[in-house]
Amino acid sequence: MIPIAHYLILGGLLFAIGAVGVIVSRNLIVMFMSIELMLNAANLAIIAFSRSLNLMDGHVFVFLIMAVAAAEAAVGLAIIIAIFRNRETINADKFNLLRR
Amino acid sequence: MLEVVIFYLSALIAIGGAVLMIAQRNPVASVLYLIVSLAAQAVLYIQLSALFVGALLIIVYAGAILVLFLFVIMLLNLRGEHFEGQDQKVGRITKYVLSGLFFIELVIIVRQLAIPARTDIVSAQTATDFGGVEPVAELLYTKYLFPFELTSVLLLVAVVGAVVMARREKSEKQGGV
Amino acid sequence: MTLTALAITAMIKVIVIISVALLGVAYSTYLERRLLGILQHRIGPIYAGPYGLLQPIADAVKLIFKEDFIPDNVERVTYTLAPVIMFIPALLTFAVIPVGDTITIMGHEIELVISDLNIGILYVFAITSLGVYGIVLAGWSSGSKYSLLGGIRSSAQMISYEIAYGLSIIGVVLLAGTLSLQELVAQQESFFSWYVFRQPVAFILFVVCAVAETNRAPFDLPEAEAELVAGYLTEYSSMKYAMFFMGEYANMLAVSSVATTIFLGGWQGPFLPPVLWFVIKVFLCMCVYIWIRATLPRFRYDQLMNFGWKVLFPLALLNTMVTALIKVL
Repeated sequence: MIPIAHYLILGGLLFAIGAVGVIVSRNLIVMFMSIELMLNAANLAIIAFSRSLNLMDGHVFVFLIMAVAAAEAAVGLAIIIAIFRNRETINADKFNLLRR
Repeated sequence: MLEVVIFYLSALIAIGGAVLMIAQRNPVASVLYLIVSLAAQAVLYIQLSALFVGALLIIVYAGAILVLFLFVIMLLNLRGEHFEGQDQKVGRITKYVLSGLFFIELVIIVRQLAIPARTDIVSAQTATDFGGVEPVAELLYTKYLFPFELTSVLLLVAVVGAVVMARREKSEKQGGV
Repeated sequence: MTLTALAITAMIKVIVIISVALLGVAYSTYLERRLLGILQHRIGPIYAGPYGLLQPIADAVKLIFKEDFIPDNVERVTYTLAPVIMFIPALLTFAVIPVGDTITIMGHEIELVISDLNIGILYVFAITSLGVYGIVLAGWSSGSKYSLLGGIRSSAQMISYEIAYGLSIIGVVLLAGTLSLQELVAQQESFFSWYVFRQPVAFILFVVCAVAETNRAPFDLPEAEAELVAGYLTEYSSMKYAMFFMGEYANMLAVSSVATTIFLGGWQGPFLPPVLWFVIKVFLCMCVYIWIRATLPRFRYDQLMNFGWKVLFPLALLNTMVTALIKVL
């Protein structure tokens, strides 16, 4: 049997990779996908806890998180389209209008 | 034995897919690697006997959200964009240092977690329909009814928001694809 | 039954079902050409073998021996992968379709389904939703404008129709109280307990959305040859092209099997053996598919979107609500 710690470490790793993706990447879409990955890493940890505590509540949390992720994706992609229409790029470093 | 093999294989695929996702320059390839990673995670869900949520992961992510990503990438035709070599050196170094620090921090946290390392994940008294549709639905419609209803409001707001954000101004309105 | 026996029966079931499905895919092409010919007052393929029955083999041989041409500006990996991604999910669907009653061989009771998942319907939807990637990736990786337009159209179309597709099943699930396909079939024992009669609106919605999901006429916008030069298929040749066609027919077969199982009583039927009933029903569904293609002209793109979002989607919601109300009252 696999101990729960392994699932948590895996979730943590995936979360870290997602975080690195957000920091390192300059492509808005990849950054966005990294955020989705982070959400899923948290979900994995929740599911693992749910199993080890023998409580179904975790599954409900994951269900709700997925709904939130879907809403987030819809709005986020709409924002990306709007930005692209104005600036012709989705390079996050190019959006420095406020710095100048 | 089989379960251990499945776990480590899926974990490896999940991590590999995630790493390749952020390492790719081509956004479509990134989406594909994210799908691979999520599929491996779905296998892990099912291994944790979360059948319903596992199926949902594939339906919601692979079936809807990532298709939307692909759609946007294709709509904007992001094939030719290059993302390297456009920022200052200091900024680039800071990025990698920050992410390295984050990794180290995470390792420290995991090592300090007070989880008994040998806890068996399967408790003896697990119900046969653990993770099925019915028990999840029962919780959803009783204990968590209010958050569930709030989610529907959130989705509605998101739909309206997305339409407003992505709509063209009337003057430059054009036909469909 | 011991573990080894279980493993062996599972293997046999997988092999038999996949080979039958592949054979079915091959002969669907024959059926389509022949039936289309009859519907259009011509003969169709008759020269290869008796009644043209060897036509699929001749087609396969021809396509295999054609040059496998890869244009210069394609994204090679995705370009090669796309036909496979189109084909595999269609085959995976058959894993949960019950094709017959439990039979007894040498004292072993064998269910005629590879795996009776208790979330069978969810599995079917998860797998069918993956099918879109084949077309989208083919369109994107081909590096051609027509292909790209085909890919974009298909992703928009599939997202739009998948919602009504899923919602149309909810009515059935509400009445049935189960997601297992085997149980669903068991509930449709008498003719009038078929879900076609209990959920007629859902059935019509399902059929329309299924035709759209499989990119068949009148919803075959992604490959509309008149305007898009075959859309995502433009840059494909030889075996890869054949793979797309096999994928399309495998999808049709899979959707027909799902429709049969959910709405048309699955393998239930009098006199004839259950497996035969299943095959007959799937065959009739395929004929309807081809009949629709021969009858209806193609939609325009904006009509397609309007129809999906403004007609099918509200109708599906309404059906779900009415069913729930009836169930409660």
